[in-house]
Amino acid sequence: MEILRCDNITASYDGMNVLSSLSFAINEGDYLCILGENGSGKSTLVKCLLGIKKADSGKIVLGSGLTHSDIGYLPQHTAMQNGFPATVREVVISGCLGQRGWRPFYSSAEKKTAAEAMKRLGISELAERSCRELSGGQQQRMLLARALCAAKKLLLLDEPVTGLDPAASAEMYDIISELNKKDKMTIIMVSHDIGRALEYSNRILCLCSSSESFFGTPGEYASSHISSKFIGE
Amino acid sequence: MTENLKLMFSPEFFNAILLPALIGGIAVTICASLLGVTLVLKKYSMIGDGLSHIGYGALSVAAVMNLAPLKVALPVVIIAAFILLRLNQNSKLHGDSAIALFSTTALAVGILVSSKAGLTNDVSHYMFGSILAMSTEDVILSVVLSVIVILAFLFLYNRIFSVTFDESFARATGVNAGIYNMIFAVLTAVTVVLGMMMMGSLLISSLIVIPTLTAMRVCRSFKGVVLTAGTVSVVSFLLGMLIALMFNTAPGASIVIVNVFFFLVFSVIGKLKK
Repeated sequence: MEILRCDNITASYDGMNVLSSLSFAINEGDYLCILGENGSGKSTLVKCLLGIKKADSGKIVLGSGLTHSDIGYLPQHTAMQNGFPATVREVVISGCLGQRGWRPFYSSAEKKTAAEAMKRLGISELAERSCRELSGGQQQRMLLARALCAAKKLLLLDEPVTGLDPAASAEMYDIISELNKKDKMTIIMVSHDIGRALEYSNRILCLCSSSESFFGTPGEYASSHISSKFIGE
Repeated sequence: MTENLKLMFSPEFFNAILLPALIGGIAVTICASLLGVTLVLKKYSMIGDGLSHIGYGALSVAAVMNLAPLKVALPVVIIAAFILLRLNQNSKLHGDSAIALFSTTALAVGILVSSKAGLTNDVSHYMFGSILAMSTEDVILSVVLSVIVILAFLFLYNRIFSVTFDESFARATGVNAGIYNMIFAVLTAVTVVLGMMMMGSLLISSLIVIPTLTAMRVCRSFKGVVLTAGTVSVVSFLLGMLIALMFNTAPGASIVIVNVFFFLVFSVIGKLKK
């Protein structure tokens, strides 16, 4: 069943056209990797998918009764959070914010959701630790748990392994793959790691330039002329 | 010293001067420390400092033109807060240097205008503050402001946390981060203007920044930082006032020194805990 469809999206950033007539669609349970160089419009596309930014033309259709705020989002890592005084529990439960409307305090159901998300990612014992005491890998797991709190069916991960050491990023890929297979989460991941993208995903979207893009399976991508240009670099 | 103390607790002095100072002071202190948590963690600390200099310029111009100081300074500083926030988000002109540019310009204008008009004494009031000369109007405004800030922190606490911790995630969950930033800019502007009348434009940013830094030495959670910052700032204010009255020192400076003292104590505690 189709969960997300982009029809002829055109969007600009800082007055520059970064996406032009982009179309693709993914189904429930898909694992989509978005590839592309810096400045190719990946971040703009992410903002459009999240509903933070409106596309200049074209439209994004969410299926399965999803709204934009039901997308579990893992933003790009920012250095600012490294010294932030907040416990893991506080950060994770803030993922429930989107579904709460204007009620001021978290309900016990939401506390349970947060506890389950922490358990799912194996960070329950870190719940009362301050996030500035965590390693890079633990921090990413915390932020992934927060995304899970918001996610009904779809996770959108923006360069989730940037800045992690090889062991931690391998672990991250395994966790994400497990969420995709076991929990039937649909995954959209922005990535620079073509090798891993081909290995784990079942759909590839490559934004190569504002006029040229590729959408298809990893196998099709590997044999396309776009990938040879891209991997060859 | 004992004479000072006696005078302090004489009913006339207490009711006419000390009580308004205490009420207004505690109100502004709470606002500054709560807003400070967000400003410091979002790395906007310099905005408070910049706004106080802009406020000084506005108050000086108002004094020279014989206008009511608050009515001129409040709108000017609120507009300045919007502009500074915009500049900070816009990476083309570096936020911190933009603030320095704005604030020193406003300070220079203030000094220029008031020295030309021969009002340096009156205006130095705003440079160093005069908590014992708070008008009823100032006190009422401070209390109203603090009620708004405290209610905002109670009812919007989780949203404030989310916007402070991770603006892009907050936006993705449907929280309108832009509106929160604007509300914060307005509340900070009002706090700064009221605070500078009592603490002086040179010292007000310390009330915004130091309590949060102090709380961050020991607290692990955001909630802990908010509560500790608020408590430490009120205790520092009361102790500072007591010292000022007992030893006849400048109130604003005494409060800042007590704040710094707590910062050092909490730093040591934080080190020992590790």
